[in-house]
Amino acid sequence: MLMVEMCHVTFASTSEHHQLCRLEYRSRLIIKSTFIDISVIRLCFVKMACQGLAKGETIHTLKAESETLKGKLEEERAKLHDVELHQVAEKIEALGQFVMKTRRTLKGHGNKVLCMDWCRDKRRIVSSSQDGKVIVWDAYTTNKEHAVTMPCTWVMACAYAPSGCAVACGGLDNKCSVYPLSLDKNENLAAKKKSVAMHTNYLSSCSFTNSDMQILTSSGDGTCALWDVESGQLLQSFHGHSADVLSLNLAPSETGNTFVSGGCDKKANVWDMRSGQNVQSFETHESDINSVKYYPSGDAFATGSDDATCRLYDLRADREVAIYSKESIIFGASSVDFSLSGRLLFAGYNDYTINVWDVLKGTRVAILFGHENRVSTVRVSPDGTAFCSGSWDNTLRIWA
Amino acid sequence: MPVINVEELTDLDKAKMEVTQLKTEVKLERAKVSKCCEEISEYIQSGADEDPLVKGIPEEKNPFKEKGGCVIC
Repeated sequence: MLMVEMCHVTFASTSEHHQLCRLEYRSRLIIKSTFIDISVIRLCFVKMACQGLAKGETIHTLKAESETLKGKLEEERAKLHDVELHQVAEKIEALGQFVMKTRRTLKGHGNKVLCMDWCRDKRRIVSSSQDGKVIVWDAYTTNKEHAVTMPCTWVMACAYAPSGCAVACGGLDNKCSVYPLSLDKNENLAAKKKSVAMHTNYLSSCSFTNSDMQILTSSGDGTCALWDVESGQLLQSFHGHSADVLSLNLAPSETGNTFVSGGCDKKANVWDMRSGQNVQSFETHESDINSVKYYPSGDAFATGSDDATCRLYDLRADREVAIYSKESIIFGASSVDFSLSGRLLFAGYNDYTINVWDVLKGTRVAILFGHENRVSTVRVSPDGTAFCSGSWDNTLRIWA
Repeated sequence: MPVINVEELTDLDKAKMEVTQLKTEVKLERAKVSKCCEEISEYIQSGADEDPLVKGIPEEKNPFKEKGGCVIC
């Protein structure tokens, strides 16, 4: 056995055949035996470099492997790509004219509205703002029912608990806090606040799971996490994004324990909540993904991105199946949501408009004007009768 | 459970994570796009009639209809 030292790595040589590696290597040779076979030594350097010993693995080898795998992935996906969604939809009747207008305007926030969520009772709404306030509204009457002042500004995330008895919110404080909603209007909600999640960067999105007991969060620290509300304990964390995670959405309960997340790394990842595994990943957007939303059946999801497009990804085909874009739309889409049946996709944009897309045909069926600044959030009500939009113009609008 | 801050990960760590992830994904079972699209289409067709925003609802039944007229408290 010939011992050869290459830089700081020591290894034994063999005389197997192997492929030449493209890597460059240093060859500071220290021969520790009396027998020297130069050709064997050279081949060995190359072999050892190629095998990528833990210390020898470099960014270059990994990046090269990554590219090869991505190529393989594309090949596999392309094999099944026999048709486009809009082609399948050709035989379907086109949608009629849409008349959707603002039915309610909710005024009260002192600054940009960043997020909102519907209560399961289909009439209450929680919204959060840059001014640090979180307000609960009755959308039918436009009355404010509760208001909480957070200790931070830019409350980027808020969510209603399934029971309707609490709301969760967070933002630049890097936390997600839960406030039980009291029937007593005079009670100071801030006193009962419970800090649940702790991230190392801003909270971008939060959502209760099927009960008031667990919360899923996403953060600028690149992770998502599942927390127990009562104890504040971290139950599972989800690593895979290489930049800020901006949005998450839980799969409809019938389809099981998964959720999708989208981030500044242009990726949309699907996760298994129990194992923490990233089960599928999609990278076709050309810029940050601001919003992700499951399709009502749970077999697909839509995304809205800074690249001014919205896209539909099918989970069983494991690929993008539709893209919703127009040359005239050049501003990023900040938020997306589906109508009850999934036929319509509502998307709020940074050019102050809301575009309504025919999910099947890929065409735009309506463009809604009204907001006087960026639309930051769009959500359809639980029974599909209306949708709500929040904007940097400090207001929320209910459309039906 | 380890909490990772993405800013603390080195480029090497990120590259390794990506390769491991891609290896898992290449092995996934996939269905034909035509079949998936048909299913999406069918799902939508079956639900379209009950979708208020697609079919529209009569003004009287719309909980968000314009406020107006007399209100008796």
